[in-house]
Amino acid sequence: MAQATPNTQKSKSRIGKLVSNVTFWRGVVAILVFLALWEIGAQWKGWFGYMMPFVGKVAPPTDVIAIWMEVGQQPGYWLSWWLSSVRVFVGFLAAMIIGIPFGLAMAVNKYFRGIFFPPFEILRPIPPLAWVPASIIFWPTTEMSIMFITFLGAFYTIVINVLGGARSIDVQYLRAAQSMGASQWDLFYKIILPGTLPSIFVGAAVGMGITWEVVLAGEMMSGGGQQGGGGLGFFIWGSYMGGVMDQVIVGMISIGVAGYISSSLIRYLGHVCMPWRRMF
Amino acid sequence: MTETSILMEVKNVFKAFGEDWEREKVVENLNLDIKRNQLTAIVGPSGCGKSTVVNLLAGFESPDSGQIMMEGGAVSGPSKDRLVVFQETALMPWLTTYQNVTFGPKLRGDMPARSLKEAADRIIDTVGLREFKDKYPLQLSGGMQRRAELARALINQPLVMIMDEPFRGLDAMTRQLMQEFYLRLCEEEARTNVFVTSELEEAIILADSLVVLSNRPTTVREVIQIDLPRPRNLNMLSSPEAYDYKRHAMEMLHEEALKSFSGTESGSDFLKSYAQQP
Ligand SMILES: Nc1ncnc2c1ncn2[C@@H]1O[C@H](COP(=O)(O)OP(=O)(O)OP(=O)(O)O)[C@@H](O)[C@H]1O
Ligand SMILES: [Mg+2]
Repeated sequence: MAQATPNTQKSKSRIGKLVSNVTFWRGVVAILVFLALWEIGAQWKGWFGYMMPFVGKVAPPTDVIAIWMEVGQQPGYWLSWWLSSVRVFVGFLAAMIIGIPFGLAMAVNKYFRGIFFPPFEILRPIPPLAWVPASIIFWPTTEMSIMFITFLGAFYTIVINVLGGARSIDVQYLRAAQSMGASQWDLFYKIILPGTLPSIFVGAAVGMGITWEVVLAGEMMSGGGQQGGGGLGFFIWGSYMGGVMDQVIVGMISIGVAGYISSSLIRYLGHVCMPWRRMF
Repeated sequence: MTETSILMEVKNVFKAFGEDWEREKVVENLNLDIKRNQLTAIVGPSGCGKSTVVNLLAGFESPDSGQIMMEGGAVSGPSKDRLVVFQETALMPWLTTYQNVTFGPKLRGDMPARSLKEAADRIIDTVGLREFKDKYPLQLSGGMQRRAELARALINQPLVMIMDEPFRGLDAMTRQLMQEFYLRLCEEEARTNVFVTSELEEAIILADSLVVLSNRPTTVREVIQIDLPRPRNLNMLSSPEAYDYKRHAMEMLHEEALKSFSGTESGSDFLKSYAQQP
């Protein structure tokens, strides 16, 4: 109970902290300035009769927002959000569930590493998108093949990070634990696992970014069939094909937002799981 | 009188590192006795192989030839009986001070929860870290980290405590405080202790017996019994007896340290120019 008081105080002051946080406002100002410059650049022609290169061809933010308001009322747009998110989530989760134990096993067992590392290293440089044709043939549904390439996008990064992180744990921790009577299992659970946690989160954050890249490309390539249709990637592609450029920008920004939400979630989880890193 | 029979015995130990052509002998023909309830201090020139000796004693490394015996059995790997405090801080960064201190007993499950908590609180008090109990290692100063590490080691009550330059890297003031603190700790409760250091004065004031190692490949140059009265304090370092020990050991250490210089060309140049100075 004694613990409860400081905790509530902390969460109360969190919003206050955000409002008085210079970094937060710096970010807000930066985004506003960016939007203003974009608006001016895009409106240049209308205002001054001469078109700015590049920016001039793009719809101004005010138009984009207007279109967004419209698009936001169509269930198809939100369905695309949902479909892409599910694909990212499933692929990413599978990559974590398989990648973390796989990386750890390679880190702690030299036979396992000897057998699986070489094929892994040969497969790793193949871009996930190169798998598209093969996976369309291989998996029964387009949906599954998109999820599969999303999985691949995150898998390699996660494995490499876990492997690297686990291998670079200071031998001193292992020795200290051994001289206190730790068994092999203790070493694994009490030293290697927590010691690898920071690398797991790094891998997850990077992997999540790749997952969004891959899912969009997968959606664009697989086309809007009934099975694998929809998704933000298809939304962009469809808009482009239909010549609705403003909607393309809406799609692009949606992905940016989706990616930002995902990486914030991972950062938050890292924060919760690694209290010892909180003071930075 | 406390019992001072031999607990650990190092017999003709030889250890080298590396593959054939660049094989480097680090320990050669090492013979050493560690007596029960005594503090055996080991000094040697920098880089002579002190940490290697620690790793051999602890069982992290095994000798290429020779034997390390403990209570009649050969040491064949790390064990909770020989606890090591490392040269570099090895507190687990992901555990708080309290969790670090209770790490060993929790792992082995050899202490009932209630008495573990009491013992941990007592030992954390002893090292003066009560207010830092729930802090993580990175939130502690260098001196506090060393004390937390001492607490983590002491709670396990190992048969031998092996400490590898535990106070290295601390500033002079903190180091002195740690030495006084450790001296008190050792005199309150007898324990078997191997204390490796490159600070001669630290070794003399703490030690019952002082082992001087030679340069690499290292071997025992001499064992000196330190008969300063107990309880000791740092002021005793200015007594004539302490001064004699110090001068004697210093001469040997100096000779050994010079060997590593004269081994190289630039080293002998350095020595020559040093000798020519007025
Ligand atoms: N695992 C190892 N592999 C290869 N060489 C090693 C290994 N451990 C130690 N050495 C070598 O043994 C020699 C002695 O090292 P050691 O760390 O034991 O010296 P030290 O006396 O503890 O030094 P310091 O005073 O700096 O702590 C060094 O030359 C080092 O390169
Ligand atoms: Mg050393």
